[in-house]
Amino acid sequence: MQLTVWTYEGPPHVGAMRVATGMKQLHYVLHAPQGDTYADLLFTMIERRDHRPPVTYTTFQARDLGKDTAELFQKSARDAYQRFNPQAIIVGASCTAELIQDDPAGLAETMGLPCPVIPLELPSYSRKENWGASETFYQIVRTLADKDRRPLPAVGPNGPRRPLANILGPTALGFRHRDDVLEISRLLDSIGIDVNLVAPLNATPADLARLGEADFNICLYPEIAAQACSWLERTFRQKTVKTVPIGVNATREFVAEVCAVAGVTPPADLDCGRMGWWSRSIDSTYLTGKRVFIFGDGTHAVAAARVASEELGFKVVGLGCYNREFAREVRAAAATYGVEPLITDDYLAVEEAIEAAAPELVLGTQMERHIAKRLRLPCAVISAPVHVQDFPARHSPQMGFEGANVLFDTWVHPLVMGLEEHLLTMFREDFEFSDAAGPSHLGHAAAAHAPAAVPAGAEPAAATVAVAEAPPATNEAGGWTPEALAELGKIPFFVRGKARRNTERYAAEHGVTTITRETLYEAKAHYAR
Amino acid sequence: MSAERALPGCDAPPVGADGILRERGQREVFCGLTGIIWLHRKIQDAFFLVVGSRTCAHLLQSAAGVMVFAEPRFGTAIIEEKDLAGLADANEELDRVVTRLLARRPDIRMLFLVGSCPSEVIKLDLSRAAQRLNARFAPNCHVLNYSGSGIETTFTQGEDACLAALVPELAFTDEKQLIIVGSLPDIVEDQLTRLLVDLGIPKVVSLPARRAGAMPAIGPNTRYLLAQPFLAETGVALDKRGAVHLPSLFPFGAEGTTAWLHAAAQAFGIAEERFAQVTAAPRERARKGLALYRDRLQGKRIFFLPDSQLEVPLARFLAGELGMELVEVGTPYLHKGHLIDEIAALPAGTLLSEGQDVDRQLDRVRAARPDLTVCGLGLANPLEKEGLSTKWAIELVFSPIHGYDQAGDLAELFARPLHRRDLLRV
Repeated sequence: MQLTVWTYEGPPHVGAMRVATGMKQLHYVLHAPQGDTYADLLFTMIERRDHRPPVTYTTFQARDLGKDTAELFQKSARDAYQRFNPQAIIVGASCTAELIQDDPAGLAETMGLPCPVIPLELPSYSRKENWGASETFYQIVRTLADKDRRPLPAVGPNGPRRPLANILGPTALGFRHRDDVLEISRLLDSIGIDVNLVAPLNATPADLARLGEADFNICLYPEIAAQACSWLERTFRQKTVKTVPIGVNATREFVAEVCAVAGVTPPADLDCGRMGWWSRSIDSTYLTGKRVFIFGDGTHAVAAARVASEELGFKVVGLGCYNREFAREVRAAAATYGVEPLITDDYLAVEEAIEAAAPELVLGTQMERHIAKRLRLPCAVISAPVHVQDFPARHSPQMGFEGANVLFDTWVHPLVMGLEEHLLTMFREDFEFSDAAGPSHLGHAAAAHAPAAVPAGAEPAAATVAVAEAPPATNEAGGWTPEALAELGKIPFFVRGKARRNTERYAAEHGVTTITRETLYEAKAHYAR
Repeated sequence: MSAERALPGCDAPPVGADGILRERGQREVFCGLTGIIWLHRKIQDAFFLVVGSRTCAHLLQSAAGVMVFAEPRFGTAIIEEKDLAGLADANEELDRVVTRLLARRPDIRMLFLVGSCPSEVIKLDLSRAAQRLNARFAPNCHVLNYSGSGIETTFTQGEDACLAALVPELAFTDEKQLIIVGSLPDIVEDQLTRLLVDLGIPKVVSLPARRAGAMPAIGPNTRYLLAQPFLAETGVALDKRGAVHLPSLFPFGAEGTTAWLHAAAQAFGIAEERFAQVTAAPRERARKGLALYRDRLQGKRIFFLPDSQLEVPLARFLAGELGMELVEVGTPYLHKGHLIDEIAALPAGTLLSEGQDVDRQLDRVRAARPDLTVCGLGLANPLEKEGLSTKWAIELVFSPIHGYDQAGDLAELFARPLHRRDLLRV
């Protein structure tokens, strides 16, 4: 048993729902008790979908157990077919139905429904949401892709045609999938490539029959599409574009890879957006070496680390993911930044790691947003799990060159701005302009989230330290003198944690029993590079 | 005269001889675990540990959304593959998880082990586990158990199961007293308690109390008022302890609140003049509060989908005090005993339905095109898209709506979607 407060991923059948809800004309018959219907609200509330997810739950009850749950399943499947008339049906069990072993796959098979029925085996007690989405998409693709379809000849009666690509991986409830698809489709069009099919998002089962007509596949979200892409590669000899176009450099590489696979000449005059110049411009100097902690799904976390490091000049001080399936990629990336990879789905472990790393910016999921709020750190969200705020009304992709522009804005915006940072350092004790009030351009929101506001004019330094953070370690060696604490309080909050830790480490390593103001500055000199 | 009648717009089964439509089909409701979202805030030193699957954890998180910023006093012990292999090991694992949890949260005085669908199906005996753990952690922390599983409980029935588990643990008293049963927002609980004390009732307490150590004692001189209509099992448990139920309308709206207080006044022999004197001012406030919304709601047609079991009393309030027309009043479970006064107070011919077949019920909604549909979060936006105004049922559970001083607020919750529909030009 695993003690969990918050989870990064839902159960695997929620992954299957993300695929089914993203598609059209597909129906999911899910053997599950009534409580599992909560999953509908993920789509109708968080994503504001204006239709119910295409899911029929059997909603068996205790009194059905051992009697007729199998019959209930068959009735639900029959009713669902009659009412919704889907082109294909996927069937499966949620965690509870898995235990009663009714075999929805076998039951559905014997019913002879007049449409393809795709059975899903999603082990609820060992797998999670992304795995469920990946497996579901793979099974649907395997069943529905017409193996006789192939691309048209490169040169037809009207001359040479444009290469065709499938964009694979976007689902319902995906982090900015809606906008990424639009952005990448535009980008492909600008380099002379047409989209054969986007799937699962907005595709019908009938559309999936045409998968083989594309010249190649773009694996936009490896968490969901990697398995299907590799099957398509084996079955149709379609190549897979694997670069995930998040950030300017990755998007350039994506374009190069697409052009190589499609056999087209890379464009000489690619418009790479504003991000590069915004980052090189003099105003951004203050971003240099900002310590950033990154956590999310493997793909988004690795991509974010690269953007942070190469394109914004941040220093990556923590990198991790919650989906073990992508641990290898994250470990490799972490090695290049010289940090310990954090592969865990334990929210409390992530919180501990963030506290220990004392970053100036957290890039994470909605979970890390909570952690950052508690630690009073700036944060931007880069990955699922999602929240209603992750479905903005405006176009806001993460991918492509416009996506890179969006990353610049959303990551830089929460930070204390350049000159303000200096002023905070210089005039730490100005009661109106103290860091307890948070970045001034974020209004009063930041102050409102502070654990406890220090009354204006109150003895500022030590009090602020005391309320804003856990008290400095009162180690057996004696701990901090009041003067040292007060001095520590004069250091802006976004580097105070690091200063504290460095000082304590210095004291421990040098056998200093009582930390004085002098120790603080000795440590500062010692760790300065 | 035949009690059977056909329903419009669909081939639904005819209404039964008692005038109630019973349906068994796909349900679109929460399970009893959802009650943890408010119960863990109500009892300030209790922790709710669901023994369940990743789905349970995901449900709690999705239902709670981002409302819970602090580390919540609930969590899930997620059953993994190896726990399914042997129940002995599962019990050991549970002990390990609880030990770790209580070490981390020494402030916890009451721990509920909450059963779920998977724990019920694998027959993990949580009452024995609770006994075992209680022997180890009491008196520091009292360990209890109940089931919030979706194969046995619907939404608010989780609170019923939780309170029913508390009752056998209550100390004995033969003091004359009144217990308000059902978790209410603190401010509402205080208002109602003040009124009952002002009436002259010697002792008024609440179940649940706000702290584990402050739970009321109980005995043959205890009278109890149900503040919520979903407390069937709790009522049975209280009766077993010798407490006596004071049946009445539920305290929604001015009339419901008056009837509810009056039931207590009568049981405690309070003079009618005293009753009139104490309730006059708040009744007048409630009247004023309701008057603000009567024009907006009068004659409007409302359809309740089954959700919290609050449907029947709320329908009675909306029809009786605000003049709304009831198209259909759906409820997941109809407790005819506790609702006897409520059902009698509904307009004659009101269609009551129990249980659900969600697609067929939605057909009836579409055929009737009510002005307002009360439904769960999964259905609201899809119905709005079809041009049907909705009210989230869950908001009725999470908002202070009981008593005189909330009567206007309760009416406003129903008026707001209609007002917004008229307001928007987009």
